[in-house]
Amino acid sequence: MRAIENEFVRRFVVPAVASTALYWILVSIAYRNDYYMYVLTMCAINVIGATSLNLINGFTGQFSLGHAGFMAVGAYVAGSLTKFGHWPFVGALLAGMAGAAVAGFLVGLPTLRLRGDYLAIATLGFGEIIRMLIINSDKLGLKFLEGPRGVPGIKRYSTFGWAFFFAVVTVWILANYIWSTHGRACGAVKEDEVAAEAMGVGTTTYKVMSFTIGASFAGLAGGLHAHLLQLLHPASYDFLKSCDFLVMIVVGGMGNLTGSVLGALFVTLITEALRKLLELRMLAYAVGLICVMLFRPEGLFGTREFSLGALRFLAPRRPVSQVGGDKSGAT
Amino acid sequence: MALLETKDLTINFGGLTAVSGLNLALNTGDLHGLIGPNGAGKTTVFNMITGVYLPSSGSIIFDNHNIIGLQPHEITKLGIARTFQNIRLFKGLSVLDNIRIALHMRANCSVPAAVFRLPQYYREEHRIKQRAMELLKIFGLQDLAEKTAGSLPYGQQRRLEIARALATDPKLLLLDEPAAGMNPQETKELMALIRWIRKEFGLTILLIEHHMEVVMGVCEHIKVLDYGVTIAEGPPEEIKKHPKVIEAYLGEEIKSA
Ligand SMILES: Nc1ncnc2c1ncn2[C@@H]1O[C@H](COP(=O)(O)OP(=O)(O)OP(=O)(O)O)[C@@H](O)[C@H]1O
Ligand SMILES: [Mg+2]
Repeated sequence: MRAIENEFVRRFVVPAVASTALYWILVSIAYRNDYYMYVLTMCAINVIGATSLNLINGFTGQFSLGHAGFMAVGAYVAGSLTKFGHWPFVGALLAGMAGAAVAGFLVGLPTLRLRGDYLAIATLGFGEIIRMLIINSDKLGLKFLEGPRGVPGIKRYSTFGWAFFFAVVTVWILANYIWSTHGRACGAVKEDEVAAEAMGVGTTTYKVMSFTIGASFAGLAGGLHAHLLQLLHPASYDFLKSCDFLVMIVVGGMGNLTGSVLGALFVTLITEALRKLLELRMLAYAVGLICVMLFRPEGLFGTREFSLGALRFLAPRRPVSQVGGDKSGAT
Repeated sequence: MALLETKDLTINFGGLTAVSGLNLALNTGDLHGLIGPNGAGKTTVFNMITGVYLPSSGSIIFDNHNIIGLQPHEITKLGIARTFQNIRLFKGLSVLDNIRIALHMRANCSVPAAVFRLPQYYREEHRIKQRAMELLKIFGLQDLAEKTAGSLPYGQQRRLEIARALATDPKLLLLDEPAAGMNPQETKELMALIRWIRKEFGLTILLIEHHMEVVMGVCEHIKVLDYGVTIAEGPPEEIKKHPKVIEAYLGEEIKSA
């Protein structure tokens, strides 16, 4: 039972305390500056988008290029619920997640039979379909979505506090999922589908589950994004947005959760820093990406995961009881 | 009632009939061999039994279930486990994780319990890890638990694959050329291991093997395929002398046991 108490501290208390501390440090640095707060909020939203895409692409070995599509679903559901339905913010965000999860399930079920390039093309197609549906929404009977003009006047509910809170919860949930027997089943699907089936892992179930979970968090990111930009617009969720997330997880290292958090921060900050360069920005971005692929194909942060165990050298040595066997060989 | 029974099992790939009219019957506790020249259709038989291929005709009854049309993982759950001719470990994962993945199917841990770290999660993870270490110990791999599966030498990969198959808690074990690539010492140990696991786990085993020493040494009953057709079956002594078998293997010597 002592082991379980230790685990409770490790899994619940430490992350809560550490993230609260981090939050106050960041806020105390940035609180006077609206722009800094905006950038930090954007970072938190991108962390949600990148880690959830990494669950699908990195940990389950599927290749999705439709993440922005799910983000759009979350954004439009949550945004219209607060604007037209006067829903409370968190309720609207959860509804957006649910909407994106349903979309993920419906898209995943037929397309996850496809492999590699074919799946990438199918999910890319899905993202474009969502965008086309939104652009034509006024002709499809949803006049209030204003089609290509978008919906202005969304309230700015996405404070840095909310975004940070949801980013922490997302990473916590994804980490717990990945380092469990279910996460290992996803790893088996990634490694070898035939062998996974032979070992009793229902590959379709796990692909669809990862896809649905990943999509729902993309929906959460979308909801937060809409209430930061104060605008629902189809152009915010185009193919390039999906590529952004892909770049973040490639830079951070596929199948590395810590890496995709750092990758999201890195890419968001670089993009902001290069904003002054205007059109040169895309060029710098592309050159940087090519350099990463050439010199560090495993991503800037490789396969090493952050864990409390890594901090053990700070503490006096004593035997560590084996619990759960949480993390061994997870990457 | 046989544990595994196939009747007139046939499969066509385009114009090629890879297996035709195969009748198998294994009772609980049997250790049978399946041999034949390259391309005879042996692996294809395993692929039909495990649901990887859908037979063109015929029936497969396992433990009173008609398993034709079931997904491979459903068949594994009913109690059929296999190894692969070209080792298919999860090469990038640890030795321990390879076993833990095979234990996943019978673990009782819901997704919410895992995501919110409920007591059920800790109970199951603890049980899975213990069982995995037990199995690794049996196969002498416990010190390699944290190693990447793909980094093990060939013989150990073969053994790990058998350990992984046993982790699914099967009734019937299908071994596809387990001695391939093993040195004589490892082959000898493998034969002892096969006999031992059969007794210890109460298994029924169907074995494909080119190594005649192994087949003749451990199997009680042998079936010989050539171009998908059964050309002989019986106890090892009969098979060794069977004229059709000798003819089919013409050019290849049958190493005497
Ligand atoms: N998926 C497939 N599509 C087409 N032909 C196939 C397929 N699988 C197997 N075959 C053919 O069926 C025949 C039997 O193949 P199989 O792999 O079962 O032989 P085997 O007896 O296991 O041979 P080996 O001793 O070389 O392993 C071969 O001619 C092979 O080319
Ligand atoms: Mg074969």
